[in-house]
Amino acid sequence: MLEYKLAFRNLFGAGLRTWLNVTVLSIAFVIIIFYNGMLDGWNRQARNDTKAWECGSGQIWHHLYDPYDQFSIIDAHAKVPSEYKPDIDRDLITPVLIVQATAYPGGRLVNVLLKGITPSQAILELPTAILGPRSDSSYADGYIPAIIGTRMAQSARLKKGDNILVRWRDVNGTFDALEITVASIYKTNVPTIDNGQIWIPLEKLREMTSMPEEATYMVMGSAYKEILNAQGDDKHLQVWIYKDEKALFKELDDVIAAKKGGSKIIYGLLLAIALLAIFDTQVLSIFRRQKEIGTYIALGMTRLRVVSIFTIEGSAHSLLAILLGSIWGIPLLMLIQRTGIPMPSSADQAGLAIGDSISPFYSAGMILSTILLVVISSTIVSYLPTRRISKMKPTDALRGKMI
Amino acid sequence: MDNELIVRLENVTKRFPAGKTEFTALSNINLTFGKGEFAGLVGPSGSGKTTLLNIIGSLDTPTEGKAIVLGKDINSLSHKEAAALRNYGIGFIFQTYNLLPVYSVYDNVEFALLLQTMGSTQRKKAVMEALDWVGLADRASSRPSTLSGGECQRVAIARAMVKRPQLVLADEPSANLDSNNSHNIVQMMKRLNKELNTTFIFSTHDQKVMQYLERVISLKDGKVESDETGRNNYAGI
Repeated sequence: MLEYKLAFRNLFGAGLRTWLNVTVLSIAFVIIIFYNGMLDGWNRQARNDTKAWECGSGQIWHHLYDPYDQFSIIDAHAKVPSEYKPDIDRDLITPVLIVQATAYPGGRLVNVLLKGITPSQAILELPTAILGPRSDSSYADGYIPAIIGTRMAQSARLKKGDNILVRWRDVNGTFDALEITVASIYKTNVPTIDNGQIWIPLEKLREMTSMPEEATYMVMGSAYKEILNAQGDDKHLQVWIYKDEKALFKELDDVIAAKKGGSKIIYGLLLAIALLAIFDTQVLSIFRRQKEIGTYIALGMTRLRVVSIFTIEGSAHSLLAILLGSIWGIPLLMLIQRTGIPMPSSADQAGLAIGDSISPFYSAGMILSTILLVVISSTIVSYLPTRRISKMKPTDALRGKMI
Repeated sequence: MDNELIVRLENVTKRFPAGKTEFTALSNINLTFGKGEFAGLVGPSGSGKTTLLNIIGSLDTPTEGKAIVLGKDINSLSHKEAAALRNYGIGFIFQTYNLLPVYSVYDNVEFALLLQTMGSTQRKKAVMEALDWVGLADRASSRPSTLSGGECQRVAIARAMVKRPQLVLADEPSANLDSNNSHNIVQMMKRLNKELNTTFIFSTHDQKVMQYLERVISLKDGKVESDETGRNNYAGI
């Protein structure tokens, strides 16, 4: 206890030097939390958006389906097993059929994926209700509504109400073509359900491709997942493969992990600068305070206790930095969390979900681990120079001739 | 241990490395100091006064010979045991006062007691009593930087005396003081020596200090040149 008392007395007694170090360290501390908060916030937002717009609570894929292999799409379709029909009817699962096609907006040629989805589905946030037929029965009047995302609309120069000619091959390989109408343009943070994609009614696509009752994958709603978790899936999946959220978010997790790796370099440098200041202060302290060290020893203090005083003194910088960082950092970080950081429109070119702005998310675990990182690293750099004390001769220290 | 014997030095020799050779700072010193002595080591610079004080104070060890201080053989003490000996048995007064600059006068004096297991009430009483001895009770909250040299040395004396050590070692205590302050400081120490029966050993080459000493040991080139006892020119103090 005495060591803590003395260390803090010395620390406050050092005045401006202490507060300069504490300020630098508090900046590093707050920036580390901000950086991590941004990435965690992006991760959460991307997960939430991807889940809401694309992945649902899990998916069941045709075994040949690979979203990153265009060639797999031709064969990745099969009849939906009859066991799933009641769940589909209850909107616990929604099937999606994918077909490669070519669109001709304004006479230009654009490769697209035609995606069929049930208009009445409520599992994904896609505004599919507008894909319903004008009459209750069919699309017999030749009107085929389609929804596209803003990215697709921008790249193909399409707007609501435009008609586009699309050409595709049916299940037998025969080319066919029809005009579809852009019924709505949706805005989403998830580019993977937007770029190069045209969503049309599932039954119409099945009819166009002669693939009745077929799908490429099925999206599970949260209610179905609860049933799955409670009862297990006793359905015979055959050519279908269950993909849980972990598998579906793997790419996102990998990108976030890579981003975190990159940001660690940045805040590692910041922390290094702050720790260097503490290290420098410690070295200077020991050099300038040799007589004080000698006096401590002459008055009956063991070298180990003197080492403890200096180590605590150095590491106490981090405690004060956390305190100071909290004073100015908490209001600032909360403000940023509330307002969010605006992201440029080109930010989602990487193909990952990025909103117009990202709100940082500060978890207790992240803050605690940052505090531990700062305290432990500052304790280590505080201790390293003090090892010199344990090797010194008190007589040299008293004369100021230790170093 | 002999109750009256505080320090016993037997053939104490201290050598320091000096390049490829060795420099002999002390050579075959044989001395004893009894309880309540007011003695001084005198001699020119480099005669070995401070080295001898450092050995007596367990801050250093002899290269050869034996130094028994308060019944402890300095050579055989661990760092921890030596620290305990200094903490409980020995007070130090330095030429440059060596006060801790960020502490108040009170804190500086209290520091010596913080290393001991003493209750806060008892500690406060002891500190204030020590400050009374040196006439600085009213400056208890001052910082050393606001004190004069004489006052700083009085704080150092209070710090050395507050734990009531059996032995006080003063290394050139008047070297940085003017004539008046030198007299005052030494008179103060002499008074404490009489009142508390504490053994004082000085190192000095200051004539003003020497005239108060009851015993003067002259050192030259690391050897005892003379040991004059029975002096007491200021018995009335």
